[in-house]
Amino acid sequence: MIHLTGPMYAAAVILVIAAVTFCTRLAPFVLFSRGETPKIITYLGNALPPAVMAMLVVYCLRSTPILASPHGIPELLAILTVVALHLWKRNNLISILCGTAVYMFLIQAVF
Amino acid sequence: MIIMKKALKAAFPCTVPIMLGYLSIGIAFGLLFQNAGYNFVWAFGMSVLVYAGAMQFIAVSILTSGLSLIQAAVMTLLVNIRHMFYGLSFLDTFSKMGKAKGYMIFSLTDETYSLLCSIQPPEDVDPKKFLFSVSFLNQCYWVAGSVLGSLLGSFITFDTTGMDFAMTALFIVIFLDQWKAYKTHRPALIGLAASAAVLIAVGPDNMALPAMLLITALLLVFRRPISAKLQSDEDVFTADADTAPAEAAAASADPEVRKEVTL
Repeated sequence: MIHLTGPMYAAAVILVIAAVTFCTRLAPFVLFSRGETPKIITYLGNALPPAVMAMLVVYCLRSTPILASPHGIPELLAILTVVALHLWKRNNLISILCGTAVYMFLIQAVF
Repeated sequence: MIIMKKALKAAFPCTVPIMLGYLSIGIAFGLLFQNAGYNFVWAFGMSVLVYAGAMQFIAVSILTSGLSLIQAAVMTLLVNIRHMFYGLSFLDTFSKMGKAKGYMIFSLTDETYSLLCSIQPPEDVDPKKFLFSVSFLNQCYWVAGSVLGSLLGSFITFDTTGMDFAMTALFIVIFLDQWKAYKTHRPALIGLAASAAVLIAVGPDNMALPAMLLITALLLVFRRPISAKLQSDEDVFTADADTAPAEAAAASADPEVRKEVTL
């Protein structure tokens, strides 16, 4: 196996990561490009977005300490802020900015 | 050129939440990469070529711990395999986009995916150019943020701890919008329950792939009741949002789609 060092190694790692990442994004288009997309795939394409969004929310919060202090309280309060503002104002920007500000304040100044 | 400008102008307001998220997280990435000994040229290169938020942070630790190329490839596959599911929602949409198709696929990040799922192009703008503009602007923010973070280096004086919550907030907002737009909440609830269960079962480090698999399996198990309530299998960008399911089914020329909706 070739042993790369320094910038060559870094460049190779970045290119490998870029290639694998692109392949994961390209895969469905290669697998289902021929003619009609199977109905089951079309169904998944329609049903997945809300499920994936829920997954991404959980994914973002995956390292929140629940058993140790501060027990996820800053996250919970910030989420409640986002949800309440969004149900009230329906403005993405306001919900995201205020939620993030509340979270930054809580973990920097309170907890 | 003028048409493209119009599309960029129309796309910009939709991308502002991503801009905030990408600039702040991009800056954080640039800072980290600079601290690891890689200057702004490297940050620029990685953000242009890789363009994957979480993975680029992991890439920094791969580089500093000197993992092999094979280990780097396997790790990338595990972290980014969720992207394989994103394209499923855009098989037809992207395939109609001609020259831009390759770029649309390349630039399908978590955030761009969620935004493309939730927006409707304005009526007076070419929808293809609009979607391309959204994807392109998003990557510009990401590249700009990472270069900026790299250049700022250690000069940033204010505490950015917690700024990455912008991404979480963005996903919550889109989740709420989709909750309102979808006639059935089962996919959303399945997503929540399955991810939480997998997180508890396997822990935070390896949750993405098992969660995606469990979600897909459950969506298939509940296919009948869910697809009965989904509006239609038509392209979300061409379907009229206000069309009732029955009308959409009747209007659809494809008998398969009609069957799917009225099941």
